[in-house]
Amino acid sequence: MKLQKKKAHTTRAMPLSQKRTFWQIVLQQRYLYLMSLPFVAWVLVFNYLPLLGWTMAFQDYRPGVPFYAQDWVGFKHFIELFQDERFYLVLRNTLVMSIMGLLVGFTFPILFAVLLNEVRLKAFKRTVQTVSYLPHFVSWVVVAGIVTKMLSVDGGIINELLISTGLADQPIQFMTKGEWFWIIVTLADLWKEMGWNSIIFLAAMAGVDPQLYEAAKVDGASRFRQIWHITLTGIRPTILVVLILSIGSLITIGFEKQFLLGNPTVVNYSEVLDLYALNYGINLGRFSYGTAIGIFNSMVAIILLFIANGIFKRYSNQSVM
Amino acid sequence: MKQKASIQLSKGDRIFNFANYTFLTLVFIATLYPFLNVLAISLNDSTDTVRGGIYIWPREFTLENYRTIFAYDHLLTGFMNSVLRTVIGTVLGVLSSAMVAFTLSRADFHGKKFVSTVLVLTLYFSGGLIPGYMLMRELNLINTFWVYILPGMVNAFNIIIVRSFMDGLPYSLQESAKIDGANDFTIFWRIILPLCTPVLATIALFVAVGQWNAWFDTYLYNSSNPDLTTLQYELMKILQNTTMGASGDPNAFRGVGGEQAAQNVSPESIKMAISMVTIVPILLVYPFLQRFFVQGMTLGAVKS
Repeated sequence: MKLQKKKAHTTRAMPLSQKRTFWQIVLQQRYLYLMSLPFVAWVLVFNYLPLLGWTMAFQDYRPGVPFYAQDWVGFKHFIELFQDERFYLVLRNTLVMSIMGLLVGFTFPILFAVLLNEVRLKAFKRTVQTVSYLPHFVSWVVVAGIVTKMLSVDGGIINELLISTGLADQPIQFMTKGEWFWIIVTLADLWKEMGWNSIIFLAAMAGVDPQLYEAAKVDGASRFRQIWHITLTGIRPTILVVLILSIGSLITIGFEKQFLLGNPTVVNYSEVLDLYALNYGINLGRFSYGTAIGIFNSMVAIILLFIANGIFKRYSNQSVM
Repeated sequence: MKQKASIQLSKGDRIFNFANYTFLTLVFIATLYPFLNVLAISLNDSTDTVRGGIYIWPREFTLENYRTIFAYDHLLTGFMNSVLRTVIGTVLGVLSSAMVAFTLSRADFHGKKFVSTVLVLTLYFSGGLIPGYMLMRELNLINTFWVYILPGMVNAFNIIIVRSFMDGLPYSLQESAKIDGANDFTIFWRIILPLCTPVLATIALFVAVGQWNAWFDTYLYNSSNPDLTTLQYELMKILQNTTMGASGDPNAFRGVGGEQAAQNVSPESIKMAISMVTIVPILLVYPFLQRFFVQGMTLGAVKS
């Protein structure tokens, strides 16, 4: 008993002591260091080391040649990139699809959450909710297959519906119409992620004080006014955080859906920066040029993040970074 | 929340409710129908499917499509690799997240600032496609199974979620264990880890779904080695081949469905059966984990 008390005393006093040297602290916390430093080393290798690869954009990189023996060419590849007409086409596609994705992918989950929140039948709510998460867990490969199937000219349900309701005389070749590609990608993304992205808003709504609704009802507020003034006002901070985060990742939209849903007939609408980098960089072996595209992509992403974060700070005195 | 109001509904309320239930039912159907359709087609005779008109019920029920695809070598190899990468990747991913998160949740840990800065920065930048590819080449990871596991093993986002959960656990638990003579590792293993089951289940689901659904790493790093193929990659090849028509990879269907291999187009039912094989494992797991991930997402979102 006495011994235990003494031990307790020393462990608690230790962190406060100023006399211990750096190495004593390391020794005392050796297990904590063992549990995190290997993983830090890991991150340094797999996440930070590729940044050294950015130097490739300023060289005429040749694989297998040592770093010091590479030819340094300055901004040659960037100049070439900015002179390439294809680059502007690809940049347009990236921006259009990311902005459409942002608008749709941000507003619809909120709308969906609001409507679900108004449902009183618990069983109905739970069923709709559970099913709405489902597509999030399925790969883009499968989703691309499903989308292609649903939109196909022979037996696709969308075309069958359009014809049976008289909205179309003959099946529409959705997948070969360039102008449709942006809309198809956006809607496919909405189908896949709407339910999942609404989780965070539903959770925020659960935290809204129910008494506010009672009070509003007494004051004769309609459903729409209650939604507007209580529900949406209540989840405003969450809405803001999600908006800022999505602006930050605006240009880094990835390429999975474009790669999987695209085809040679719509390539002028489907190619995005990452795919462009993939085609030039790896498939054609132009590593330096491909890296320059990647750097451009990252720079724009970081600038957008700073802008978004700046706006957010002004309105909420908080920072997401 | 507001259950008392059900007695006197105003006219506006009734219109709102009707519109709301109708709309949500439409969303429900639009989400569920494609899955039912895929299932029905996969269970329908493949020559009969060509006639069209299969909605949510097979017209000529058969399991032949599934038998056909499992006779296809690449698919079985892909299935095994997908299972293997999911299991190994999940165990390692969860363990790494839990360990790092534990050290970050300890206010007295002296390396905390350094570790968290190194990790959080990774959320905002990445080397990009080509430097990443070159690194895998330098590390000799191309054409190995480990390229599926190693690069993404430590994930800052998952660590943040686990850490915010651990912050909610009382520190006195750790103190009393220390008095009993436990070292930090014992505390982590015996006390913290068991208490973190809900959040670890969430992370496990995230990592597992990511691993199971991945195809691009196979495409980029291991496409020349058929022994390292994955299920999603095989499905990708088969589906791409239809969208791209004749310009696709002519080898993609070798072995799928006998006589169709000659025409280079695999029947709809076969494609849908492969899709089902990739969907079903997730469908089996996710209802059980749903309450965890809803909890975990909320927590991660609120704190980060």
